[in-house]
Amino acid sequence: MKIDRRGFLKIGGLGILGVAAKPVIDVVSKVKLAEASAKKGVLVEKRLAMVVNLKNCKDGCTDCIDACHGVHNVPYIANPKDEIKWIWTEQYEKAFPDQEHRFIGGGMKGSPAILLCNHCDNPSCVRVCPTKATFKREDGIVMMDYHRCIGCRFCMAACPYGSRSFNWRDPRPFIKKINPDFPTRTKGVVEKCNFCEERLAKGLIPACVESCKNKALVFGNVEEPNSEVREILRSNYTIRRKPGLGTGPQIYYVV
Amino acid sequence: MNNRIIIIAGLIIFLCLITFPIWYNVVGGKAAYAPELKIVSEEKQCVESTKYMRAKHMQLLNDWRNSVVREDKRTYTALDGKKYDMSLSNTCLKCHSNKADFCDKCHNYVEVTPTCWNCHVAPEGNKL
Repeated sequence: MKIDRRGFLKIGGLGILGVAAKPVIDVVSKVKLAEASAKKGVLVEKRLAMVVNLKNCKDGCTDCIDACHGVHNVPYIANPKDEIKWIWTEQYEKAFPDQEHRFIGGGMKGSPAILLCNHCDNPSCVRVCPTKATFKREDGIVMMDYHRCIGCRFCMAACPYGSRSFNWRDPRPFIKKINPDFPTRTKGVVEKCNFCEERLAKGLIPACVESCKNKALVFGNVEEPNSEVREILRSNYTIRRKPGLGTGPQIYYVV
Repeated sequence: MNNRIIIIAGLIIFLCLITFPIWYNVVGGKAAYAPELKIVSEEKQCVESTKYMRAKHMQLLNDWRNSVVREDKRTYTALDGKKYDMSLSNTCLKCHSNKADFCDKCHNYVEVTPTCWNCHVAPEGNKL
């Protein structure tokens, strides 16, 4: 085949045009994909959340803490510097510092509030993790991959709720009875509540919710309008911890 | 080159010394020793063939871990179509409950120290 100068320039020009058009086509096709997946999302939307009814929470009861720490091999270390906690209690006015005032009534002042990881919509811990050991699942659970945790503790600095604990020492000797079905952690990793994702996978509800006899803890999908959590959120006034920080905490409190 | 004999003799002694572990094992008859593993399970077949498991169990376990932890996919379909729950503690160790006679023997032989057991709870049955 013989090609003259004019023909060569024509073919070359067409080729360059094609290469230049590719990014434009990519963008257009991505927009279409995003639209499609957003539509699909509406049908299967799932957002796990918990409602803590502080009115039902009995002073001195530690059923939920014992259940959680038992199944997850959370060590009991008395020294507060080294302590590990997935779910714990704190005085109401310390848990909700923005709600604090001199005349708190309704029996709330000094009464214990159940605290755990808020499984935020916009989790600051996930944002700072340099190894992506902490990540957010599609159903909203903020999870940890302990295999990837390098123990830098950025997440602990980022979490405004103190939901994360660092293993300063080997936790095994401090676990009363090891549950062989769930791993322990090791020295040098951060740990926190996982919303019982291993139990959810088996179709069970979280251990803390199951153990509560007074129905102070309710767990479910907030995107499902007929769910129990939504019913409680509809019929009660609820607050969240430090919502002004923009993390979008998903533990709601009935006070 | 007056010291030729001394240098060559020195080199030979040096070579003998540096290869001493090899000589020692050959003389002691331990050169071809391979670890003998015990399997206590009644199952005839692991999730994949023995050859594959021997060569690739670490990659398989890594894949299982990523799949379960990061993608919440917990069922493994083996080559023969059988389905397994992807879990070190609850699937692998249900058969290989003798960690000391199975995992540790080979790992010690090739001198690797996998960190699995720092967190995953080893079965009680066969303690080192």
